[in-house]
Amino acid sequence: MKVWEGNKKRALRDLFEIDGEPNDSPRAITLRISGDLRKVRMIGANMTDGKIIVKGNVGMRIGEKMSGGEILVEGNVDSWAGCMMTGGRLEVKGSAGDYLGASYRGSRKGMSGGEIVVHGNVGNEAGCFMRGGVIKIFGNSGGFLGVHMSGGEIVVKGNCNEYPGAGMLDGKIVICGLVSSIVPTFTIEDIKETVKVNGEKIMGPFYRFIGDIADHGHGRLYISKNRNLHLKSYERYL
Amino acid sequence: MNLLIKNGLVYDPINGVEGEEMDIAVKNGKIVEKVNERRAKVIDASGMIVMPGGIDIHTHIAGSEVNAGRLLRPEDHFIDFEAKTEVTRSGVGRSVPSTFITGYRYARMGYTMICNPSMPPLEARHTHEELDDTPIVDKATYPLLGDWWFVLEYLEKGLIRECAAHVAWMISATKGYAIKLVNPGGVEAWGFGRNVEDLDDPVPNFGVTPREIIRGLCKVNKMLNMPHTIHVHTNRLGQPGNFTTTLETMETVSDMADERPVIHITHCQFSAFKGDDWSTLRSGAEEISKYVNSHSHVTLDMGQVVFTDTTTMTADGPWQYTLYEISGNKWINHDVETETGSGILPFRYRRKSYVHAVMWSIALELALLIKDPWRIYLTTDHPNGAPFTTYPRIISWLMSQKARERMLEKINRKARKRSLLQDIDREYTFDEIAIITRAGQAKALGLRSKGHLGIGADADIAIYNIDSRTVDPSRDYRKVRRAFKNAAYTIKSGRIVARNGVIVESIFGRTLWVDAVSSLDDETATKVSKDIEKRFREYWTIELENYIIPERYLRFPICIQPRRRSEK
Repeated sequence: MKVWEGNKKRALRDLFEIDGEPNDSPRAITLRISGDLRKVRMIGANMTDGKIIVKGNVGMRIGEKMSGGEILVEGNVDSWAGCMMTGGRLEVKGSAGDYLGASYRGSRKGMSGGEIVVHGNVGNEAGCFMRGGVIKIFGNSGGFLGVHMSGGEIVVKGNCNEYPGAGMLDGKIVICGLVSSIVPTFTIEDIKETVKVNGEKIMGPFYRFIGDIADHGHGRLYISKNRNLHLKSYERYL
Repeated sequence: MNLLIKNGLVYDPINGVEGEEMDIAVKNGKIVEKVNERRAKVIDASGMIVMPGGIDIHTHIAGSEVNAGRLLRPEDHFIDFEAKTEVTRSGVGRSVPSTFITGYRYARMGYTMICNPSMPPLEARHTHEELDDTPIVDKATYPLLGDWWFVLEYLEKGLIRECAAHVAWMISATKGYAIKLVNPGGVEAWGFGRNVEDLDDPVPNFGVTPREIIRGLCKVNKMLNMPHTIHVHTNRLGQPGNFTTTLETMETVSDMADERPVIHITHCQFSAFKGDDWSTLRSGAEEISKYVNSHSHVTLDMGQVVFTDTTTMTADGPWQYTLYEISGNKWINHDVETETGSGILPFRYRRKSYVHAVMWSIALELALLIKDPWRIYLTTDHPNGAPFTTYPRIISWLMSQKARERMLEKINRKARKRSLLQDIDREYTFDEIAIITRAGQAKALGLRSKGHLGIGADADIAIYNIDSRTVDPSRDYRKVRRAFKNAAYTIKSGRIVARNGVIVESIFGRTLWVDAVSSLDDETATKVSKDIEKRFREYWTIELENYIIPERYLRFPICIQPRRRSEK
């Protein structure tokens, strides 16, 4: 099997020690990759089935365009993890860089299916142009979470930096922690005691905002009421 | 290097050679009568067809709008990239490829000359820098002059000689090749949020009409004895019902006709729409082709649409705004001082879209209904209708009714029902393909040493691995497509540059430009020079000294003096 190293094609066995037997059924295959993978890109890109377990930190674009199977990373991942994925599951035990589940630069086709779970923090613009699927973030999120999203669900258990859902057309964003600020082109609709994400009930109460009206969007932005006292002034519009 | 191409089936329409088995000899980059076989590299072209190198009369491959398109579309780079090899450099981009791979991709298809059709004069330096970076092929570029304030001013006052002098200065200063008009008057009106509605709608702030601009510049073109005609992107391009404007545009210069065509309507498909709105859109190809078949003063190129993702770019700002409104895509709009404007927007043509399917059909209808292949040329208006790499598919559609029918089955049902293609059984021959892809274009561009394989011609040659004696293109259209996709050999200036789709040598081609000022007498030339100097201080944001492109700035310039030009 050939892989690119810089601008040259190299045999995979020149770069990795490889053990194990090939199997005709992708579903039965589990790849275990370990080592210093910080500069290794596109692990599991276009994956359709099977399982990959990575030990250590990995580089950009892990799980790019994956449509099935499962990737488990016992470490951190760099930017564009799960970008443009259409199915399957990507779980990161550590943190993720920017553009988690996003579209590639310039494209409007973000993640459209599958599930991404990040146990740590994520960078900016997670779920950018997301169309479907679920992203669960147990840590904190950077700015512009779900920017331009038109479908799917994102839940952040921790805090979130500025402007979640900016330019969103549809879909659902739930933030359980503190949000530094939201764009003014969201309107408050009501206060919900609970919200469901991918079948899981999350306890609130949550402010429910609709927007981004600047883009004629009707996305739903749920923000924890108890953790965001600075948003209390919105209640007068209810 | 001397070359001897042996036993090829030669298609050289300019010299009346149609599929004859013969040898072609090459010496010092030119075609010669014979070479010493023992001292020449011999190419066995048995069972292959040999044509002059391909020429593209209209392809957006360099300059500010192309580069802005590249910046706008990183996702286009992401899906298509080429690694460097021992002889080639790397590059990216499918619909707006970077300069190096643009040259390589054309060379792989057997093309050896390409013309960049819309250069804002202010951006000429940038355009030439990119053209210089585009390897292998020869190049030419057309400055946009149909909305230049000075042209509008002079034509409004009826000062045709002064207008000609300024146009000549501009073509020489920017190292241009032909006069390009884009939505004449409409681009200027767009600067004020308007467009022109028809040929007699006056341009705001100037009073001159599109008709006067077209007629005026056609006259100027003749006065300067330019090698190419005026190259016109019509008013109301892309609007339903615009075929009447196109017919009027052609007719408005019919009285200036002589033995040569006087106007080239570019990417005519976009200007051949019937109907009142998008839902009633119909093909106007029948009316356009009827006119062209009965008048000899017009040439056209197709502007074929192929169902794919691409990037649209044109100086026609209002049209790009319409596309933005239709698609909602990201877009760029740009105004170029006193000269012109532009717009760029990604676009996907879909088979199941009624409008897109009608557009696909119109271009083929035009090519098939216009009887004289010398007056219609194969283009996609790259990248507006599709990337130029789709040419082999278009060739197969032109050569095979079966190939067209297969695509017709896949398109929007309403569009299929209304398509004229169902009643057209014409199929292009290899000779006609040679005309619409090289010989006709060379003739339209006034290129004496290109587009043919006669003695003294440039040794720009394409050899395709298909035997025209045994292959029936009507049935085996896939073989045709494969053959034209990767030329068996592409020879540029007598050197083998590509073999079976692999670039084996990368050289740099030449840039052809017209020294139109040489058409003027010394007194007029000096007067214009002084006038321009004064106006530059008043109107432009850059200094005159930085505006003029000196010939030494180009890598390999070839200057064409209109007065000394003689027709083949």
